[in-house]
Amino acid sequence: MKIGIPKEIYLGEKRVATTPDAAAHIMKLGFSIAIESGAGLGASISDDAYRAVGVEVLPDAKTLWQQSDIVMKVRAPMHRRRLGIDELELLPEGACLISFIWPAQNEGLMQKLAEKHATVLAMDCVPRMSRAQKMDALSSMANIAGYRAIVEAAQHFGRFFTGQITAAGKIPPAKVLVIGAGVAGLAAIGAAKGMGAIVRAFDTRPEVKEQIESMDAEFLMLDFSEEGTGAGGYAKTMSPEFIAAEMALFAEQAKEVDIIVTTALIPGKPAPKLITAEMVETMKPGSVIVDLAAEQGGNCELTVASKVVVEHGVTIIGYTNLPSRLANQSSQLYATNLRHLLTELCPGKDGLVNVNMDDEVIRGATVIKEGEITWPAPPPKLSAAPAAKPEVAVAAVAEPQKANALKAFLPLIIGGLALFGLGAVAPESFMTHFTVFVLACFVGYQVIWNVTPALHTPLMSVTNAISGIIVIGAIVQISAPDNVVIVLAALATLMASINIAGGFLVTRRMLEMFRK
Amino acid sequence: MSHSLVTMSYIVAAILFILSLSGLSNPETSRRGNYYGMLGMAIAIIATTSNVSVTAYALLGGVILIGAAIGARAALKVEMTQMPELVAIMHSLVGMAAVLVGYANFMDSSINLVGVEKTIHELEIYIGILIGAVTFSGSVIAFCKLSEKISGKPLLLPARHWLNLILLIAVIVLGGLFLQQTEGSEGSLPLLYLNHGGALPLFIMTLIALAFGVHMVMAIGGADMPVVISMLNSYSGWAAAATGFMLSNDLLIVTGALVGSSGAILSYIMCNAMNRNFISVIAGGFGTASGGVAAVVEGEVQPISAEETASLLMAAKNIMIIPGYGMAVAQAQHTVYEITKLLREKSKKVGFGIHPVAGRMPGHMNVLLAEAKVPYDIVYEMDEINDDFPHVDVSIVIGANDIVNPSALDDPNSPIAGMPVLECWKGETTIVLKRSMATGYAGVGNPLFVLENTRMLFGDANATMQAVLKALQG
Repeated sequence: MKIGIPKEIYLGEKRVATTPDAAAHIMKLGFSIAIESGAGLGASISDDAYRAVGVEVLPDAKTLWQQSDIVMKVRAPMHRRRLGIDELELLPEGACLISFIWPAQNEGLMQKLAEKHATVLAMDCVPRMSRAQKMDALSSMANIAGYRAIVEAAQHFGRFFTGQITAAGKIPPAKVLVIGAGVAGLAAIGAAKGMGAIVRAFDTRPEVKEQIESMDAEFLMLDFSEEGTGAGGYAKTMSPEFIAAEMALFAEQAKEVDIIVTTALIPGKPAPKLITAEMVETMKPGSVIVDLAAEQGGNCELTVASKVVVEHGVTIIGYTNLPSRLANQSSQLYATNLRHLLTELCPGKDGLVNVNMDDEVIRGATVIKEGEITWPAPPPKLSAAPAAKPEVAVAAVAEPQKANALKAFLPLIIGGLALFGLGAVAPESFMTHFTVFVLACFVGYQVIWNVTPALHTPLMSVTNAISGIIVIGAIVQISAPDNVVIVLAALATLMASINIAGGFLVTRRMLEMFRK
Repeated sequence: MSHSLVTMSYIVAAILFILSLSGLSNPETSRRGNYYGMLGMAIAIIATTSNVSVTAYALLGGVILIGAAIGARAALKVEMTQMPELVAIMHSLVGMAAVLVGYANFMDSSINLVGVEKTIHELEIYIGILIGAVTFSGSVIAFCKLSEKISGKPLLLPARHWLNLILLIAVIVLGGLFLQQTEGSEGSLPLLYLNHGGALPLFIMTLIALAFGVHMVMAIGGADMPVVISMLNSYSGWAAAATGFMLSNDLLIVTGALVGSSGAILSYIMCNAMNRNFISVIAGGFGTASGGVAAVVEGEVQPISAEETASLLMAAKNIMIIPGYGMAVAQAQHTVYEITKLLREKSKKVGFGIHPVAGRMPGHMNVLLAEAKVPYDIVYEMDEINDDFPHVDVSIVIGANDIVNPSALDDPNSPIAGMPVLECWKGETTIVLKRSMATGYAGVGNPLFVLENTRMLFGDANATMQAVLKALQG
């Protein structure tokens, strides 16, 4: 089947749905690929780079759409009058489309696609489960957005991120607050940390605390217990009390921090308003807010989507195309996500697409199958949140406790009785030997615990050699009058001397190897 | 040489042995410690041979020379990966020597003791032979298992615990018979008269002890080998100590006790490292008594190529290598060191994380790495580095499985639940080198392989490491 990659027509969109690298992989699956001339220019990929790996370059959008069995895009199909391109119209009847769709927000689009009997896989509907991570374009785009958010903030922030003490005075480090520690939030934390800022982060889902702390950022605790994890590992709407406590925390932080990055999103709902106009007012002049939720209405009341505004001396960045601002990087990741999805769709590597609705990942991504709307898919069963622990484990621990007291004393009692019995019958000569034996055991105990674990093998071989001391038992018997005894003693001497020589020499050989 | 002088020599020898063992607390002092041990042994042997009662010098010298030649040859020839086998076979020699000395002593008619002293002496012979025989046959089987002459899988006879119990009771009953029969006789008679002087019970007991040793080690799986080896190490010490009691020789007692407690401590450390009870290891089998059903591992592994591994390593700053028995099998340690050297030249931090039970005997991995010239100050114990994994960029797991299994920590029903493991999954990325998707010795599925930050590099460890090295060299 033939895959077509058109040039994105959305204003300012610089990404492209495949890179030469990914294209080469896809062609190995048996597909042929065509690309519209100049599609990769925004992401600094020339037509020649595509040609080099065997991708056909077609001169205009119309030819490309018409020739393709599968169209792979970044943005959902749209109509742009100025260019005279209506992508929906261009889509051939019954073709397959893979791109971001946002079916919840674009009902009209879904309807029209269904009328065209198309099969549509929405990259934004790939379920969130570990097997599907390699195709999770939302995560890879969010990662870029988070990184870019810090770069944008740095651009508009008039100071260093890192603290320094210079001859010209002390520079305090910038304080960054990241709200929402999803993929984008964590990427922002990482980028800000990398530039030397002090980073704090907040999230309603308690299980991300560890992730935040693993990135060396401070997790802002809210003294309030409510589980914030919804289905599929995303956040859910919280109770009014919780939100009040949360807002108080933000109001307090706003006075202190220099940069706020908000990434709070709840699937299928407008973004929650977390930063009020009053909070913006209390922020220091020159501070920056980057609102990654701008497209869904913004987490800050003053955000204007796709624009940078300055209110009360605070720069509020509402760019909605952050991934596109790192076009080459995001094209690479998006292309890889698409490539993995195609690999799943084409298990036979025969260049044919098999939309297997029994596969949980493909089922989730497929929003229209042959003209029939199949969205929304049943929710995925797996989640990143920890499963409830079975209570059996707790019950099992309690029981053996009772037996423990007896268990601890029993060996002592038995040992004591045995020693007593021995002392009662044993002759004097035995007792002297026994004293030596017990003391030697304790010396051995002390000495061996000091041996470093790295030398346990040499320890075994040297103790092996030393236990060859049994040779002196054989030596005293080798001169006995009885022939049988002599033979036995000679054999024992032979074996023990193998041990002595072998043990010491191999230990020496090993120890010579241990060098700094 | 006078009796006191001999005793004094023995004291010196005993001190030298203790110094020899305490030298092992540090690689720096260990070499000197080994020479102390040799010196102590030489003093002990010379003092004993110069004793008035020893006259057969020609035979003695000949036998010792032959034995030393065999031992030296074995010591110089052995591959470091075969150390467990060598150690096992040497244990068996000590065991056999103890049996032989016991029999020789039993038949030696020159010893004249009466009353309780006699009884105790006979009992010492009996116990010495018992321990020696178990050590001998157990070590032989351990050797065969390690050198894969027989399968490493545990052999589980039906009702094996009852069988062991019956053998134990038989040994005790025979011991009673033995003491009874020796009571009446004057001294002892040669072996030919098996129905006299307790020779028959002694002989039968030896056979039972041999069978017991075989059965015990046969029932133990490959992954429990570190425990078995150190346990046999301990037994060989106790056998020497029992011989010392039998011959009223304090040096033998001291040395035996040192070796015995050394082996016992090693067994204890190994059991702890596997969160296993010593008794349950010795009783054999694995995972037969687990409470619930262990969680089944679900998910898909993400393979990686050698070139991608190399580029990951180039991008990393902090690298941890976790070797397991698979590295020894594939003889990959030299290639691993070449890679380590290259990465260290690029000023990356490379460390080795060693689990106490990695390999087939205590400290096995350390010796292999030392052989490959890995400096020992970048080789860390599990406890030293387990907290550092969050700062590790790339962990490479080479031929290890159970020691990096997260289900040991979070799945109470897992057969290895509670065993301390190297928590490599807390690092940025883990690369697991593996021949195929088979389970480890414990037969437990490993959820590490399907974690999102784990990549699988399939193939022979040495071949893949060579490929990675090539890719690193550009």
